[in-house]
Amino acid sequence: MSNTNIVIATKKLTKQFGDFTAVDAITFEVYQGEIFGFLGANGAGKTTAMRMLCGLSKPTSGEATIAGFDIYKETERIKTKIGYMSQKFSLYEDLTIIENINFFGGIYGLPKAALKTRTEQLIHRLGLEAEANKLVGDLPLGWKQKLAFSVAILHEPSIVFLDEPTGGVDPITRRQFWDLIYQAAESGITIFVTTHYMDEAEYCNRVSMMVDGVIAALDTPTNLKKQFNAQTMDEVFHELARGAKRKSD
Amino acid sequence: MRVLKYLLVKEFKQIFRNKALLPVIFVMPVIQLLIMPLAADYEIKNINISVVDHDRSPYSRALISKITASGYFKLADYSNSFKEAFTQIERDQSDLILEIPRGFESNLTREGRQKLFIAVNAINGTKAGLGGNYLSAIIASFNKDIITLYQTGKPIKQPSIQATVINWFNPYLNYQFFMVPAILVILVTMVGAYMCALNIVKEKEVGTIEQINVTPIKKHHYILGKLIPFWIIGMVVFTIGFFGISWLVYGIIPLGSLALLYSYLALYLVALLGFGLLLSTYAETQQQAMSLAFFFMLIFILMSGLFTPIESMPAWAKVIAAFNPVTYFVEVMRMVVLKGSGLVNIQYHFLVMGLFAIVFNTWAILSYQKTS
Repeated sequence: MSNTNIVIATKKLTKQFGDFTAVDAITFEVYQGEIFGFLGANGAGKTTAMRMLCGLSKPTSGEATIAGFDIYKETERIKTKIGYMSQKFSLYEDLTIIENINFFGGIYGLPKAALKTRTEQLIHRLGLEAEANKLVGDLPLGWKQKLAFSVAILHEPSIVFLDEPTGGVDPITRRQFWDLIYQAAESGITIFVTTHYMDEAEYCNRVSMMVDGVIAALDTPTNLKKQFNAQTMDEVFHELARGAKRKSD
Repeated sequence: MRVLKYLLVKEFKQIFRNKALLPVIFVMPVIQLLIMPLAADYEIKNINISVVDHDRSPYSRALISKITASGYFKLADYSNSFKEAFTQIERDQSDLILEIPRGFESNLTREGRQKLFIAVNAINGTKAGLGGNYLSAIIASFNKDIITLYQTGKPIKQPSIQATVINWFNPYLNYQFFMVPAILVILVTMVGAYMCALNIVKEKEVGTIEQINVTPIKKHHYILGKLIPFWIIGMVVFTIGFFGISWLVYGIIPLGSLALLYSYLALYLVALLGFGLLLSTYAETQQQAMSLAFFFMLIFILMSGLFTPIESMPAWAKVIAAFNPVTYFVEVMRMVVLKGSGLVNIQYHFLVMGLFAIVFNTWAILSYQKTS
């Protein structure tokens, strides 16, 4: 990865809840088109950090720009440039696949013609032609997740934030999910992903490890393994998480 | 505007797809409107009376038959002792005891005076109070009959002044005329505030609101997308209740202008939905929203002058009633429907409701944050 286009830049970004510092002055950069793994134990502050970057949560202090927009002043402009897939499945279960796609495409302001072609492409890519008019609530979890991801990048954002997108999904679907992620990254979308699966960490171009609200390590998986003298990312994770003081929940 | 269209389409699809919610919105008000006015009646009938007659004379029997013939009392028990009658009260079989002493007739005819004893079960205060009054009135009338009979030897009509009462606007004192329009207000209120609050909180609970909050959607678009569907539903529910039930079933034909009534309804719904929205910003789960809405709904209903006149409330309660939007709509309904009041008569109500609408909605919009 060359240091060409920086799409996410944070400087001492901090979030406090009362006297608890969930995210403690993190500083890092993410480059355009890369798959950036955001790892850490439960309670390490990953989701909080991600919510700040998406404009869902106001930072206590520090600076950050997303796609060139300031995280304090230009949150609404940031929102046109990002996609987000939360831990909770958040498409409308009582709407059909087509209706969900139309709705989210519509509120992102996609023109009718573009929305129509992209809807067709999306359904074809996921092989959901037969299910297109079924309620989303009736789909198996794996399909829901793939659909949620596809809807999150429907408006062609520059960055997509994925918060544990493959939680509770079988290995085959996870593999397929990562194929979708690679396709998106190839088309130039930056992927910012949190995960608890260390094999998934290996798929990332670069990985950051959060421990107790700070970034304890950040590098490519290969370099991290070298640095910690480990065979797998799993070992790297254990090495780092062992030092954690916060209780994971 | 396109964004709003997408939001409305989505909202209506979800509402009409919700097989549990739909009957709640449209069928429940109809059933309630058919049942509640028949039960919510101020007139006290069927007061159970226990009579303890120690005299067993023609006079005492005449008194008892006069009481039971009045239509207000039901002879629950005819006991031999006060103690026996009292057990009836204890078992809640009886509301009143009338004790007629031994020598009732002879004392009355010889000495011209006699005391009766009335004991009232005051647990149901309204029933007891009214029952006591009715009974006293009947005894007074009985007393007068006796006096005339005693003085002249035959019952004659004495010349007397009688006041005649004319009941304006509701000549037959039909309680349904009074209750139906007001109950309709309550139903519209429930459907509006509950549904609106629950709908938004559901999105919070399920997590879809998070997905909305990361989109560039404008806050006012989102809020309008939530308010407009329930505003329309409120209008429809009112129309069904007003024409379908109130007019066709109860025969209540509004004296005032329908346009005026609907204008007020439109404004009322804006205020009310603002209130529902406000609740939703403070509740995190549907359960919390329900409890909050229930709390306010009880106050709204009981302090609105629907069942008990505001004029007879204590001063502090009048203040609460004045801050209750339901109060104003109940008044407007009764004024426009029963009295045929015009805009001039209810302009104050319009003003107050306008203020409610502004305050609730502004407050709600300010406290709804896309970013926490």
